[in-house]
Amino acid sequence: MKLTTPIIAAGLSTIAGAALAQTPVLTVYTYDSFASDWGPGPQVELAFEEVCGCDLQFTATGDGAALLSRLRLEGSRSEADIVLGLDTNLIAAADEAGLMQPHGMDATGLTLPIEWDDENFMPFDWGYFAFVHRQTLEDVPTSFEELAASDVSIVIQDPRSSTPGLGLLMWVQHAYGDERASEIWEGLADNVVTVTPGWSEAYGLFLDGEADMVLSYTTSPAYHLIAEEDDSYTAAPFTEGHYMQVEVGGILATADNVELAQQFMEFMVSAAFQEVIPTTNWMYPAALPTDALPDGFETLIQPDQSLIFSSTGAAEVREDALATWQNALSQ
Amino acid sequence: MAKRAEPVTSLQATGGVLALLVVLCILGPLIAVILRAEGLSDLRAADWAAIRFTLLQAALSAVVSCLAAIPVARALARRRFPGRSAFIALLGAPFILPVIVAVMGLLAIFGRSGWINSALEGIGAGTIEIYGLLGVVLAHVFLNLPLATRLLLQGWLSIPSERIRLARSLNFQRRHMQRHFEWPLLAATLPGALLVIFLICTTSFAVALILGGGPAATTVELAIYQAFRFDFDLGRAAYLGLVQVTICVAAGLLAWRFAKAAQFGGGLDRPAMRWPDDTPASRRFDLAVLTAAGAFLLLPLLAVVAEGIGAVFGLPLSTWEAALRSIALALASTALAVGLALPMALLIAGHAVRAGLEGVGLLSIAVSPLVVGTGLFIIVFPIADPVTLSLPITGLVNALVALPFLLRALIPAAAAAEATQGRLADALGMRGSARLRHAILPRLRRPLGFGAGLAAAFSMGDLGVIALFSAPGQETLPLEMYRLFGSYRTDDAQGAAVVLMALSLGLFWLFDRGGRVNAAA
Repeated sequence: MKLTTPIIAAGLSTIAGAALAQTPVLTVYTYDSFASDWGPGPQVELAFEEVCGCDLQFTATGDGAALLSRLRLEGSRSEADIVLGLDTNLIAAADEAGLMQPHGMDATGLTLPIEWDDENFMPFDWGYFAFVHRQTLEDVPTSFEELAASDVSIVIQDPRSSTPGLGLLMWVQHAYGDERASEIWEGLADNVVTVTPGWSEAYGLFLDGEADMVLSYTTSPAYHLIAEEDDSYTAAPFTEGHYMQVEVGGILATADNVELAQQFMEFMVSAAFQEVIPTTNWMYPAALPTDALPDGFETLIQPDQSLIFSSTGAAEVREDALATWQNALSQ
Repeated sequence: MAKRAEPVTSLQATGGVLALLVVLCILGPLIAVILRAEGLSDLRAADWAAIRFTLLQAALSAVVSCLAAIPVARALARRRFPGRSAFIALLGAPFILPVIVAVMGLLAIFGRSGWINSALEGIGAGTIEIYGLLGVVLAHVFLNLPLATRLLLQGWLSIPSERIRLARSLNFQRRHMQRHFEWPLLAATLPGALLVIFLICTTSFAVALILGGGPAATTVELAIYQAFRFDFDLGRAAYLGLVQVTICVAAGLLAWRFAKAAQFGGGLDRPAMRWPDDTPASRRFDLAVLTAAGAFLLLPLLAVVAEGIGAVFGLPLSTWEAALRSIALALASTALAVGLALPMALLIAGHAVRAGLEGVGLLSIAVSPLVVGTGLFIIVFPIADPVTLSLPITGLVNALVALPFLLRALIPAAAAAEATQGRLADALGMRGSARLRHAILPRLRRPLGFGAGLAAAFSMGDLGVIALFSAPGQETLPLEMYRLFGSYRTDDAQGAAVVLMALSLGLFWLFDRGGRVNAAA
């Protein structure tokens, strides 16, 4: 359209401004690294805004646990429509606080190695916890028992302040139960170089050579391989199986525009969103067939067995597992 | 000087009002958390263990930092050498480093595959293991020795050179210098330095946990984290916040009991001169002390620079934007901190209420940033969108955190200025702004520059509460660096750490230099 006079132009821009003001806004709360420039956030925003006629706004807070605390603090006055990035260990608390509303979707199309059936949350990505090490490490342990018996050094995260730390707690608890978990932790105590508040510190210490192995994900070597073209990292397969982290999104009870929120949930498990995940979040997408994964992912270890507590199960064992961990490592 | 009630200037009255505001800014959020929690919930056995460990490691760290700082400060006060001021500025760097960077620098030297262990292995001498209480104290000394040194150095520099000249002409020996100068100045500065460093160490969290080697090294701050994030038990978090206030008040009262003001009288602010007990042996000793302190404080920094310098020029644009944002924020925080500190320092220096008021400033380093941040969030949230206010709130909190350091530097100088110049100013009828401009401020230049430099550097490097409030496009440099670390981008993160360190040091150096322009070295 050609604008002939400034007056018309001014008039039109006023109308355009009013139209812009009415563009619905979808507020998505997520964790820091999701929304960062190199995370999935920017690409997801672009792709969704192309189809929704809306303005997608991310608000980022720390990690998954910080995200939940934030939502609980805000309570019923929250501006958030969607929460993206809680994991299965946090679902029970979110449900209990009455933060969520049902998404109304079914689980067809999900490619998770486990069944999914949760009325408030849908998964968007997942990964296996694993100890990552350099290829040069000799006598790589193949189970927690072997690790405990070896003198391989590890650096782990604190379950009280870190989601991977909590994942490791659940992993040992799931694999060995109440009875043997404390025995395993006591055996691991002399392998643990130190415990860090978050994943970043632990991974940094590992890269700097402070420990032979670090608790991370089976997908971590993919970052080094694909982004750094460095194939010297791998993850150790454990015979007990590997505990899973499933990251989920859901519609908040406070959502203003439920229809738009539901559209986003559908989008979240569509290819446009899922294809962004592997090389930005460095996790497995939750609804993408294996052959659609980028080159390099086929080199990752494939655990024989996937371990995971149900969200209520995780909440039940959490407290005792923490006490066991703390006692064993405080000696 | 405390006897004299006059002259109460309007600036001092402002100081009182500001002190009240500061209390509100710290205790208000704590109260907000308590109200939101609908009461306090009981502490657990593990929380009490955390409190004990916190007190133990903080006390040890404070004592070791201050004891180690005595010879360093003395050597710096007595010696003049080329590059001295740059050396002093560099020595301050660990104090303003973000925790994750400091830890990595330390471990590059002392860690399992650090320089020391590599060297030891090279000569077949086994290895050292620093994780544990030793590691916690080592790290806290690394972070706080610079501050302790600077606080004590202020004491040495407060001795007018006329007194040294007099001591020389009286042929003072080593023991005389100790009795007449060093003991009194240590008695005046040590309690305050001990207190500040003790309180800083009580809110330690990541350093204590990582160097402590495991959950036995759980501090109160980590217990607060757990209460907030793991259990969402606001009542327990608030209880632990109150414990921090109690520790702060108790430690403050203790330090106040032992602090004695040093009275070296006034001088004409001439450049310092050589001490009379100077011997080749003491020169060698000072050289050894400065070399050791320099190596301890600077090698880890060197390791950080060595790791990160290569990535600096390839940093993403967003990192440079975050750097600019951080500089602006640091300058604003500094202006605010100075605006708060100057009137408060004048009020405190002129009156008998000093301990209570200085304690006000100390509260802001003793109370958990997580509690304050959460409390502010609870207060702001119903009124406005906390996300849009994230930068102003971060600036405010940074200013509050910097306040005690400014006060610590300003109060003794303001008291000394009143003591030495006050009577003359009274006799001349100087009041209000004239008194401030001609009698007081010229003597506050040095501590003001130092304090402002600290505030700026601190605010530059502090993650503060921004992590709680952050919005896309409002990242500060420390937050950007943490995000890089959190997304496998370790190289970029280490590059960002170098930029952060350079900017913090640069800001500190500029302000500190500005305070010393007329001090011929």
